[in-house]
Amino acid sequence: MTESNDDSFRSFRVRPYLLTGGRTRAAVDLPLEALVRTTESGHASLATQSRERHQIITLCASPQSVAEISAHLKIHLQVARVLVGDLVQEGHVATHVASTQSTTDRPDLRLLEQVLDGLQSL
Amino acid sequence: MASSLSEELTMNASATPIPVKIVVAGGFAVGKSTFVGSISDIDPLTTEAAMTKASEEVDDLGDATGKKSTTVAMDFGRVALSQELVLYLFGTPGQDRFHFMWDELVRGAIGAVVLVDTGRLEHCFPAIDYMERAGVPFVVAVNAFDGVLRHHPEDVREALDIPEHIPVLVTDARHRAAVRDTLVGLVRHAMSVAATNA
Repeated sequence: MTESNDDSFRSFRVRPYLLTGGRTRAAVDLPLEALVRTTESGHASLATQSRERHQIITLCASPQSVAEISAHLKIHLQVARVLVGDLVQEGHVATHVASTQSTTDRPDLRLLEQVLDGLQSL
Repeated sequence: MASSLSEELTMNASATPIPVKIVVAGGFAVGKSTFVGSISDIDPLTTEAAMTKASEEVDDLGDATGKKSTTVAMDFGRVALSQELVLYLFGTPGQDRFHFMWDELVRGAIGAVVLVDTGRLEHCFPAIDYMERAGVPFVVAVNAFDGVLRHHPEDVREALDIPEHIPVLVTDARHRAAVRDTLVGLVRHAMSVAATNA
């Protein structure tokens, strides 16, 4: 929420997109909160994956959001998106976002009721 | 995306949960990180995004050479609401010059909690203006610093010219129960907005 002075990100500041071959756009649309889960194909491919892709596939054995992947791997959000987008296209991970019946991009009433129930049970 | 919510919810418990998102906005140092941390299941995390002034047009890094880039950090937390639902809470970057990230943050969000420090009321103006213009359901939550509420919520409503239909709540960012109640207030408000628009 402030401009970070965390040195852990610094090494990626110079050329963050080296990891993505210079691409800054992901192959698939991925909201910050999109949950990413490793597929069987992803597990099976681990031995052949580069470091960052390996980390994502390992991390997402339990579902993680794109934002969490970015935070845990200490890579910029856009870089995480590009890497995850590639893995989605290759079938190594699957993503999950809320579907909505509403006319806006907001969650619909049924989903909001589930959220309300969940919050009230905390 | 293609399957309906009910189909998704009837999948077995090991299936990937549905993510939902609430944005926590407000001025610098108003308690957004504290608010998120009070209810998050995990220690709040930080994600960074690199932005160039012309980021919308930049597809290839080659084009960005020489453009000044800015890094913006966002803190967020995660709350498991059930086996099938996980709530993410994203704090907005504090400075006005990072408003370009807000479009991304509010996309698909349930809505926003705009935290207000009554000692610095004017700091929440940009957040309120933004949410109104973007049509994002929001509540105003007056943070009682040190457990002391310096102004009555209705005084805050009047001072900020908040319309009647927008809830003005009292919260305490340090306390889980108060944070939960504030989120409940937002979700109820979002439901009334959704019912009106349906």
